[in-house]
Amino acid sequence: MLTLEGLSKNFGGLPALQEVSFRLRGGDITALIGPNGAGKSTLINCITGVLAPSAGRVDFLGRDLTGLPAHEVTRSGIARTFQNLRIFPRLSVLDNVLCGLTLEAGRSFFSAMLRLPPLRHRERRLRLRALEALDRFSLADKAAWPAGILAYGDRKRLEMARAFVGEPQLVLLDEPVAGLNAAETAAVGREIVRLKSEGHTLLLVEHDMDLVMSIADQVVVLDSGRCIARGTPAEVQRNPLVLEAYLGRMEPTA
Amino acid sequence: MTAKDKILYFLYLHRTGLTVTAFAAFVLVFPLVEDNPYTLGLTNLIALYALVVLGLNLFIGYAGQISLGHAAFFGLGAYGSAIATTAFNLPPWPAMALVAALVALVALVVGLPALRLHGHYLAMATLGCNIVVYTVLVQWHPVTGGHSGFSGIPPLALGDFVFDEEGRFHYLVWSFTLLALLASLNLVRSGVGRGLAALAADETAAACLGVDVRSAKVKVFVLSAVFASLAGSLFAHCYGFVSPDSFGIFRSVDFVIMVVLGGLGSIWGSLFGAALVTLLPEWIEVFDTYKDLIHGLILVLILMFLPQGLITGLADLLKQRLALYRRRLESRDADA
Repeated sequence: MLTLEGLSKNFGGLPALQEVSFRLRGGDITALIGPNGAGKSTLINCITGVLAPSAGRVDFLGRDLTGLPAHEVTRSGIARTFQNLRIFPRLSVLDNVLCGLTLEAGRSFFSAMLRLPPLRHRERRLRLRALEALDRFSLADKAAWPAGILAYGDRKRLEMARAFVGEPQLVLLDEPVAGLNAAETAAVGREIVRLKSEGHTLLLVEHDMDLVMSIADQVVVLDSGRCIARGTPAEVQRNPLVLEAYLGRMEPTA
Repeated sequence: MTAKDKILYFLYLHRTGLTVTAFAAFVLVFPLVEDNPYTLGLTNLIALYALVVLGLNLFIGYAGQISLGHAAFFGLGAYGSAIATTAFNLPPWPAMALVAALVALVALVVGLPALRLHGHYLAMATLGCNIVVYTVLVQWHPVTGGHSGFSGIPPLALGDFVFDEEGRFHYLVWSFTLLALLASLNLVRSGVGRGLAALAADETAAACLGVDVRSAKVKVFVLSAVFASLAGSLFAHCYGFVSPDSFGIFRSVDFVIMVVLGGLGSIWGSLFGAALVTLLPEWIEVFDTYKDLIHGLILVLILMFLPQGLITGLADLLKQRLALYRRRLESRDADA
């Protein structure tokens, strides 16, 4: 579904990603793991067009996405969440989710200013869908609140609702359980599994190994910008390179 | 659903349209109650400024950008209409549309490079643009009449009905302002408006949700320039006289103060801001003498204590308190 070929990114000569290649199969959960600074977020940013890769190719459903601006990438069916939450604090919770339906809401200033009946009806339909999405992530009772006063866990779920409301074909989740407690993490894990069973394809950046090993179909390990291993969770766990990246080289001691 | 519920639901569903209708009715009967030309002159001026401020509020308040140069578009509209109808003898209505189209083009040319800038740099760029326009108006003597400006601009007319006195002009200028008000209210309640609010909060997040950030910024800039140009044309035809002093950078700053007083992103607040800044010197004489000083003070105080602007800031505060209060109530219920 998504194929990365030799993706590289340099920041002023400093390589953040070097020749990363892997592919996502439709309907799978792929987890992207690696120590801090391994380039996981850079990789997500290169896929979604927030950053332009220095070299390599991003191919999504046969379309070349390399170097396209972020809104074009979104248009092709990729949604994402952010590591450091980026909700819109002054907008209501409902409006935050409606922002996830921007592509379907139309972008003509003229028709927006005229607000003729077709647009009214479309707005009403979108509102219903946004409410449904909020309901899934059990936020419906807070729809009218300004998003800025939500608690941390609610904000995380709001970002997920916003990413999924537009029925994207691929969702990139950047650390969906960072900062959550065990119960909340388990709930998000169940939600992710449910989304998979509904046919969503997910790419997950995560530090929580228990979660990754229990739900992922494929694990990709990055270290210092290089892809050092990929395979099923069991394969990756046995890979000596991975152990080295996480634990350091095992030196024979006297 | 009982009949009462149905009525309440209807009122809720059509609250925006109904409020606009009520306000339009108020504007319609206002000259019948208040026929003092001086007062009507003031309310007309409010309507003219409100037209500019509505556009500017979309740009500053909703899209989160900054412009210290909208008096330039206001001035280009006024001078454009003045020159087209006197020097070229064009009929006023087509001239107005033509000038608005030209100003839109100017805004596009200025906006494409300038809107790559953020914050202070964008403020400087727009300020510079206003100074250029002001200097041209002053220096291009043969065309603009220099410092003293020029008069003899014909009034607008619909058939035999000539808008040549304040009472008649009231209807003309308020029609424009009400249409702009309705258009702005519609815009912010649509996907386009949510996209603007999103890019104001976080451009990266907005882009990842599918908002074409650059194009949306340029579009809303052009739209606000067109509103300003229309207001300028009306200004020229209303007073029959234009001079560069009405379109300097201090007028631009006044527009920004109106936006901030009304509240960033509050469409109804735009009317309030325009009215307050226009009326303050009328109510309190000190304001007239120390106008710039007091305007500056108002701006500083509001931005320090309510950075979202007066009305929006208070409304946000209220909304937040209410939601927090309800949350506390709920958690207390849950505990009990």
